[in-house]
Amino acid sequence: MSTITEIAILVLAAFVGFEVISKVPNTLHTPLMSGTNAIHGIVLLGGLLVIADSSGVLEKVLLVVAITFGTINIIGGFFVTDRMLGMFKRKPDLPEDGQEGEGE
Amino acid sequence: MILPAVFLQSTNFIDALYIVAFGLFIYGLSGLTGPRTAVRGNKIAASGMAIAFVATLLQRHVLHGSSTPWLIALGIVLGTAIGIPAARNVHMTAMPQMVALFNGVGGGAVALIAWVEYRHHFGGQFALKAEIPSLFAAIVGSISFWGSNIAFGKLQGILPGRPIKLPGQAAVNAVLFVICLASAIVLAAGTHSQGLFILGILLAAAVLGNMVVLPIGGADMPVVISLLNAFTGLSAAATGIALNNTALIVAGMIVGASGSILTNLMAKAMNRSVPAIVAGGFGGTLDAPESAGGEGGTVRSTSAQDVAIQLSYARLVVIAPGYGMAVAQAQHAVRELEKALEAKGVEVKFAIHPVAGRMPGHMNVLLAEADVPYDLLREMDEINPEFPRTDVTLVIGANDVTNPAAKNQPGSPIYGMPILEVDQSQAVIVLKRSMASGFAGIDNPLFYDPKTSMLFGDAKASVSEVTSEVQAL
Repeated sequence: MSTITEIAILVLAAFVGFEVISKVPNTLHTPLMSGTNAIHGIVLLGGLLVIADSSGVLEKVLLVVAITFGTINIIGGFFVTDRMLGMFKRKPDLPEDGQEGEGE
Repeated sequence: MILPAVFLQSTNFIDALYIVAFGLFIYGLSGLTGPRTAVRGNKIAASGMAIAFVATLLQRHVLHGSSTPWLIALGIVLGTAIGIPAARNVHMTAMPQMVALFNGVGGGAVALIAWVEYRHHFGGQFALKAEIPSLFAAIVGSISFWGSNIAFGKLQGILPGRPIKLPGQAAVNAVLFVICLASAIVLAAGTHSQGLFILGILLAAAVLGNMVVLPIGGADMPVVISLLNAFTGLSAAATGIALNNTALIVAGMIVGASGSILTNLMAKAMNRSVPAIVAGGFGGTLDAPESAGGEGGTVRSTSAQDVAIQLSYARLVVIAPGYGMAVAQAQHAVRELEKALEAKGVEVKFAIHPVAGRMPGHMNVLLAEADVPYDLLREMDEINPEFPRTDVTLVIGANDVTNPAAKNQPGSPIYGMPILEVDQSQAVIVLKRSMASGFAGIDNPLFYDPKTSMLFGDAKASVSEVTSEVQAL
């Protein structure tokens, strides 16, 4: 992929990120932080991509640790977010959130 | 059999899977911004991650080599075995530090991958286009890893929550940053001792990560975690550019951008600016003039029985919960008290400060867990005008967010922070373990106010005691 394509993707992704988060109720700041936190666990894929080409024990060890870290980030992150949000789930009718519900 | 394999491993198919994954990330994230759609949004984002993971494994060279699949499996199994129990067993009160920890390991993974990428290109040619992002990832990933660990330590109480200041800290940080940058430039320009320089970068960035977070007070930690979260996202995007992987670029950048916005929103909720927070020292008593009025004043302590009488004969009671309620796990007891008071015809409302507890939304989560009806919860701006007609305000383990010094003592380090104006109500009862100051380490004149009485003890025990007294009346 050409550098210019990658930079274009980078810029567009940044706008998507800005746009998506523009209005969030305070209540959801923590779960949202935790959810985005889980998404950057995608670095796990980076570990997968380089491990086959790595050589020597040190590199292998480093990458296994990186894959372990990435997995903790993803699985722990989504799981913890789900637990946090589960606290809100039992309220089927949230009376004061008309304005926020429409955003979706 | 051969045809499907060829198809599954084709770049087109893998790219298509990545695109589906991006769609799910974006759709999931936008779901996370609304209370009704949040649970589903999280699951959608998680399924996007699963698809991106499978798509990567499909790439032909990824599982190449006899040991590779085993090593990958080992990493995944270890990560799962550590991540799930950690996420499952953590208490709701410890959520913020858990997020910090998960963020830290993400940054750690970025730094390690960058290190290996670098080693891999020793001696050979490393295109600048891949080298520069790798160096960026190494520096930022390392800062994020160590910074998050410090944030974890502070929130967990392993390290003191107060800002830790070292002499000449700003200068040291600047020097460390220059070392990182200079080593990166030397590396990019080409040198013989690459191994040494990349280690130097990782180490300098590690020390920098520690040094940057240590002087920041505990009260600002949520914002710092959010900032480090955005950093990790950016470094993941940089890794994506180095490795030519679109999934990493898109997901990393989305987190980088949304994380920055979120950091700003959180800082705004505290009436703080991100640069001021990073500059550190907030909540320090080092350079802050001690509160002028009140310190010499006396504190009136009261009994559960008196509190029960006061509450039962009130028309409107506002409960202002804080971190103390979270620590004592008193939310269920508070719910019982609310029910007991309502049975007596007392109107009860909850005043939720946006940053009460350790994280925005912390109190909402806890009270929702205890089944407190959502329509009793009032945000700060809604409840503040109601305090003058409130008969009794019950402050449960909240301190800094009720501190009137934020309004009337320009010298106070929290001056300007929006607070719950509980001092406006007719009477205030503060439930507190001791006279220790809050997380920000600032004295609270509210406690010395003549209309304030203090009920000392564990919040859960105190609330239960008051509840049974109310029921007995």
